Amino acid sequence: MKPKEKSWKEISIAAVCWKPSTETLTGDWKTYMPVRDLEKCTRCLLCVLFCPDGAIHWKPEKGDIEFDYNFCKGCGICANECPTKAIEMKLV
Amino acid sequence: MKSIVEQNTLALSGNEAVAYAAKQSDVDVVAAYPITPQTIIVERFSEYVANGEVETAFICTESEHSAMTACLTAALTGARTFTASASAGLALMHEMLFVTSGCRAPVVMAIANRALSAPLNIHGDQSDSMAQRDSGWIQLYVENAQEVYDTIIQAFRVAENPEVLLPAMVCLDGFILSHSLENVNVLPDDVVKKFVGIRQFPNVLTHEGKMAPLKLDPENPMTMGPVAFPNYYFEVKRQQEEAMKNALKIIPQVHDEYAKISGRSYGDGLLEPYSLEDAEVAIVCLGSTAGTVKTMVDELRDEGAKAGLLRIRTFRPLPVNGIRKALEDVKVVAVMDKCMSFGGYGGPVFHEIRHILYEAGKHPTVVNYVYGLGGRDTSPQQIRKIYKDMQKILREKRVKNPVQYLGLRE
Repeated sequence: MKPKEKSWKEISIAAVCWKPSTETLTGDWKTYMPVRDLEKCTRCLLCVLFCPDGAIHWKPEKGDIEFDYNFCKGCGICANECPTKAIEMKLV
Repeated sequence: MKSIVEQNTLALSGNEAVAYAAKQSDVDVVAAYPITPQTIIVERFSEYVANGEVETAFICTESEHSAMTACLTAALTGARTFTASASAGLALMHEMLFVTSGCRAPVVMAIANRALSAPLNIHGDQSDSMAQRDSGWIQLYVENAQEVYDTIIQAFRVAENPEVLLPAMVCLDGFILSHSLENVNVLPDDVVKKFVGIRQFPNVLTHEGKMAPLKLDPENPMTMGPVAFPNYYFEVKRQQEEAMKNALKIIPQVHDEYAKISGRSYGDGLLEPYSLEDAEVAIVCLGSTAGTVKTMVDELRDEGAKAGLLRIRTFRPLPVNGIRKALEDVKVVAVMDKCMSFGGYGGPVFHEIRHILYEAGKHPTVVNYVYGLGGRDTSPQQIRKIYKDMQKILREKRVKNPVQYLGLRE
């Protein structure tokens, strides 16, 4: 069930956010999703730097990266920047 | 009313009076771009900065859009912020005016009212600020240089009041006020500094789940004016309307407190009635024209005519109840608009006044005079003609043409 939305008397003025943006998932905006070829990927982390949404994370415990599909909007910048063409944008 | 402090009398133009008031108001940031007839305001202020008379960060921007953006963001950090503009400059700020009011940034801006192009015209009319009347800014219109000095000081207190937190425009007629030298009584520096005080901030709930003062501060990170989808945008706008309602209460409070110190008052701070109690015919106007109208009201009263004036000092928020109460017993009202609302039914002030009186117990006849566009002079004789027209309407109980142009060649 959707939470009850607040009245104008209950919210902070100046539209100050009362919850962090990470609580609002935006991953369903995408039409294409990045899919990685693990053989071609060299873990250079360029995609991590280029992702405009911070949706590609370096996981040191795995020694690998991970796409966060909850926030990835499918812009394709990672695929474009990947030097080994290891990322393919696939229709969701 | 007597002043409780000793005041100096200076010869100042309207623009200089604005700069002097801003200088005394302990302003932290001024970001501005020059435009006639406002230029002298920021020119004088930059001299104060250069002379070390103020501790203000002065930012010369590349456009008015940038100037308002800089003011907005400075104000959001908690800085007392001031700027000035007019005409095309104000029009270029249009987008950022809404962002400023939406972010509840209490920027104070002087507008030296000037016509809009085309044709190009640098002279005074109120088309520029009237075009911004729905931007969520408080709008105060002054009659003379003394009032603009007093009003700038009051505007900081009103805008920054935590119950209001809205940006405010103080509008002075271009050239008529901006460039005319008048005797202006100024308060001592320390009195003004104490009056404006230090900015107070309301607490808001942030995304970290705690209450924090509403300002950008690394200790308490917060996001202001983010994206708001259809499920919340409307609620935020409703809050701004509430702030306007609060301003209707705060403006007279600040005005009265200032009057006690300075000995100067302007009606109740919202409206200034003049010989209105028993008036049968009355003019409603804004700004410097009220000075000419007052002179004519005195002449007509001497001749036995029951003539009056209602000057609207606060146009946003509009003192609806006050206007209705002031005018409902008047028989004929002439609203003067120094602005054209193309394709509408008369000028913007006329729209509002007639609209308010629709709900009055008695319906005065309300007519409109569009006047003074592009700085065309308005003479006392023209004002007399308006009163004569109203007396004719009163006698004949008939209005030939509710919307007329004053001083236009037909």
